This record gives sequence, C-alpha cells and structure tokens, in this order.
Amino acid sequence: MSRDKVFIAFQTNEDSRPIVEAILEDNPEATVDEQPAMVKILAPGRLVVKRSTIEDKIGRDFVLQSIHINLISLAGNITEDEDEFVLAWHQA
Amino acid sequence: MAEKKLGLKEKYQLMTRGLDWETTYQPMDKVFPYDKYEGIKIKDWDKWEDPFRLTMDAYWKYQAEKERKLYAILDSFSQNNGQLNISDARYLTALKIWMQGITPAEYNSHRGFCMVGRQFRGAGARVACQMQALDELRHAQTQIHAFSHYNKHFGGFHQAMHMRDRAWYLSIPKSFFEDAMTAGPFEFVTSISFAFEYVLTNLLFMPFVSGAAYNGDMATTTFGFSAQSDESRHMTLGLEVVKFVLEQHEDNVPIMQRYIDKWFWRGYRLLALVGVMMDYMLPRKVMSWAEAWGIYWEENGTALFNDLARYGIKPPKYHEIATAEKNHITHQAWAVFYTACPATGFHAWLPQEYELDWLSEKYGSTFDRYYRPRFAEFARIEREGGRFYTNRLPLVCQTCQVPDFFTEVDNPMKQSIRQYEWQGMKYNFCSDGCRDIFAHEPEKFCQAYIPPQQIYQGNAGGARTLPEYAAWLKCEFGKDSGEYYTSEDYARWKAMHGGNDTTPSSAAA
Repeated sequence: MSRDKVFIAFQTNEDSRPIVEAILEDNPEATVDEQPAMVKILAPGRLVVKRSTIEDKIGRDFVLQSIHINLISLAGNITEDEDEFVLAWHQA
Repeated sequence: MAEKKLGLKEKYQLMTRGLDWETTYQPMDKVFPYDKYEGIKIKDWDKWEDPFRLTMDAYWKYQAEKERKLYAILDSFSQNNGQLNISDARYLTALKIWMQGITPAEYNSHRGFCMVGRQFRGAGARVACQMQALDELRHAQTQIHAFSHYNKHFGGFHQAMHMRDRAWYLSIPKSFFEDAMTAGPFEFVTSISFAFEYVLTNLLFMPFVSGAAYNGDMATTTFGFSAQSDESRHMTLGLEVVKFVLEQHEDNVPIMQRYIDKWFWRGYRLLALVGVMMDYMLPRKVMSWAEAWGIYWEENGTALFNDLARYGIKPPKYHEIATAEKNHITHQAWAVFYTACPATGFHAWLPQEYELDWLSEKYGSTFDRYYRPRFAEFARIEREGGRFYTNRLPLVCQTCQVPDFFTEVDNPMKQSIRQYEWQGMKYNFCSDGCRDIFAHEPEKFCQAYIPPQQIYQGNAGGARTLPEYAAWLKCEFGKDSGEYYTSEDYARWKAMHGGNDTTPSSAAA
C-alpha cells in the first residue's frame, strides 16, 4: 500500500467535531490541519471513517452517508458501505 | 417482523441499473449516438460503480438539508449587514471576479452535465451526471443569491451575464467551458470532473474559501463550502470515470492521457485567476498560491498519479512547467489587473506595505528581484499624482485566451510566446502546452473569438478606448472599474466606517 497521503476535510462545526474525533481515534497515524472554517485530516495511505465510533461519540444512530452535508473535500479512492467509509491509494 | 431495509449496495443497484433497460424499438446505438465516436471502447457499462452509491432519494434529502443551512445563514448575513464585517472592501474584487467568471461557468457546467447525462448509455453514469447537473445549477443560483446582497452596496456585481459574453478576461473561463461542452461526452467528464474538479478545484474551494472566512465573509464561506460538499462527489465521479474507462480497454489509455494532458493545462491556465485572488485580493492572508500549489498539486497530484500509474497513465504533460511558474504567475497577472482595470468590472490597487512584505517572504526567490521593483515604480507614478493604465490591448493566447503575460521558465525577463501556422494563418500562444492543444484540434481552435482582435475590428460596440469598452460592458469608470482608492466603493466603505480608512496593516486577522 502506498504511503502517499489521503485526506478528508470538513466544515468546522458541531456536526463535524465528533466525526473528526472518531477518525482520529480509528486512525492512529492521522494528523489534523486546522484552517479557518475548515478541518482537514491527513493519513498515510489509508483512512477509515467508522459509523460505530461516531455513534459512540454522539450517543445515537448515525447514517454514514450524512457526512456529505459537511464534507469539503477528499483525496483517495473511496470504498463505502453502511459501516465504513475508506479512502486509500493503491500503489506506491 | 418488519421488512429488512435495503442495504446501500442493493438500493444503488435497484435505483440505477434496476430502472434501466435495453431499447428494442430502436437500436441502442441510435438512442445513444454520441458515446462511441471518440474511440473510447466500453465493454461492460455494468462495471460502472459510484463509490458513494448515492441514489436520488438520498440525494434530495441531503441537498435539502444543505440548502436549509445555507439560506438560514444567507438570511442572517443580510439581516445583520454582514457586508460591514469583511476585512476590507478591496476583498470584493475577488467576489466580483467570482460572480463574473465562475458563476456563469457553473451554469455552463450545468448545461454540459445535462447533455452528457443524456449521452452515456450506462445508467450509473447517467444518474451521477444528472445529480451533478442539478448541483451545478444550485451553485450558480446560490452564488447569485449570496452576491445579490453585495450588489446592493457595491459596484461590479450588476451585469455578470451581460459581461460574460463580452469581457476580454471572462473569455478565459467561457472558452474553457465551451471547449469542454463541444467535446465528446468522455472528454467532457474527463475535463470537468477529473482534470478540473479532482485535480484542480481544491485550490479554489479549500484555501480560497477558507480565506473568505478569514476575511469575515460569511456569505461566501457558506455557499463556497456548501458547493464544495457537492464537489467531493464530483471529484469522486471524475476519478471513477477515469478508472472505469481505463479498465475497460487498453486502447482507451492514450485517448485518456491526451484528455488529461489537455485539460490539466487548460485548467491550470484558468486557475491563474484564482492564484491572483489568493495572493492579491485577500487583505488577510491564509496561504500563498505557491504554497497551495505545493499542497494541492505537488503533494496530492503526485499521490493521485502514483495511483493511476498502474493503468499506464503518466502525470500530465508540462506539469513541471506549471510548478516552475508558481513563483511568478500571480505577480505577473496582478500587474495586468492593475494596469488594465479600467476595461473590467472590478477595481485594482497597489499592494500595501504589509502585503509587499508578505509577498517578499512567501516568494523570496522571485518577488524582490522581479516584481517588487515594478510595483515600486507604479507607486512612484501614483505619488506624483499619476496612475499607470495601459492604453493598448494585450496579445491573447489562441487556446487559453489569457493575455500573454507569461515569461520563459528559464528567463523571467523574456515573454513566453509560441507560434503555429495553419492554413496560411499565424496563431499566437502563451506556451508549448497551449500550442500543442491547438495543433491537435486546429479546426476547433482556429474559430476562437479572441476579444482584443474583435475590439480592434469594431465588434465591441465600436469602442476605441478602454473606458468606451468598459461602457459597452455596462461598467462605469470609477464606479465599477479602475483604481480602487479613487472609487465609489472605497468612498462608500469609508462612509460605512465613520469616514475612516480601515485598510488592514497586517496579514493576520
């Protein structure tokens, strides 16, 4: 797997905060870049967003597709189902 | 027991291919006449997979939520006189260029996706294009709504659609989108969704919109990020199109490589406008064009093309030239804006001392040596009561339609100019990239309507001078165009602030 960085960026707000926290918890190598009104998370090669971790943070059900509402941008190939949203580069 | 809800994959299958059929009264080739002539070979449209698996019902739901959020903020912005909270009225030039140049492009993108949404025979691709067509229309509308508030208070916002078909600098985005729309459906999606949106629009929507937030512009930040949330989907479509086409047949590789080369270069030239917005029109600075290029092209672009290497795709031709130019083009472009602003629908000015220092710091290798002295000379003329305006029309590149202010990569003192002869006519270009694009499709690009040539031929309402030309654009000197510090915008901004000049004195908020 490539170590080139993938990223995902959200609007800075209260909807995104638990999502960002969940991503950081699930991706130990991820780093945060806070810009005005925007929070960007980078990770080498692969980054996963897990529904269950977000649900733990917010204490209710969460539909993973609703990340679209506050999503700003991303880089990487996407694989998505009900439980996980994965960004990855395939080759070195 | 309640029926089990459909999974994302099943729902996507049912709502795309499940609603599609093979025609029988007419052959499929007659129903979809445009998706083969480019030479792209598709063996199995069913291999098309939208990674987001977004279906129409979910699309409406999330878009409605985005719109509710957006319009609540726009109401609040106008009710609370949000225009008073921007960092400085100079910032508005960026919004005027957005309104005049980008918003009509969003509308054209809408039209383009309506067309290709009809032209692909694969249902998955058609659904994705249909959503994007709706998104692009939404972007044009929400931008017009957001800017309409500024139009109540400032010049230059009032005639964008009229100007779009007439203004010399707006022919840059206009020709870009019209070139894409008149191409085949695969070239169109590669140009807009991949080369422009995946590879390049992060440069506009991430650092620039974040910069709008930094400059107190709640309206632009909100519509910008709301649009960008759609953009993530478009980018994904762009990457998906490229991967799908490359996986279908090896003969598709050289065709796609040519599309990527062409549209990377065209997109890069178009983005010179965004570069100037970041370096010169944000009174509070977030990052420089060169830094943004480093992050969003040199880092992310490299990762992307490393990934695509498995299909035999190489990084776009001339990308090294684009990177080599990153320390030059915004300064060169701003000199054009500064000297030619009477013939536009926006104001320009000399950077303040703190901005010159910021530029020196960000562009250590080039700014002090080549560009700061030029601004110092313009400043000397201003101190002596003058104002340097150009009184001639520039040479414009036949392909990208940008005035040829570019210089040779190995010699910033020498204008970069290329020529190509075709059917007894000589055509001028700003670069090898633009010349190559012409040489591949001369029948198309020889038809380009080049504004300065048309103006000299009397086809701009017979205008002979720059102010006459601006009047033909429905722009008034001093009100909509020309120097900022003698403009009505500046006078009004001061009046809004108790007669004080509130020009910031530092790049930080």
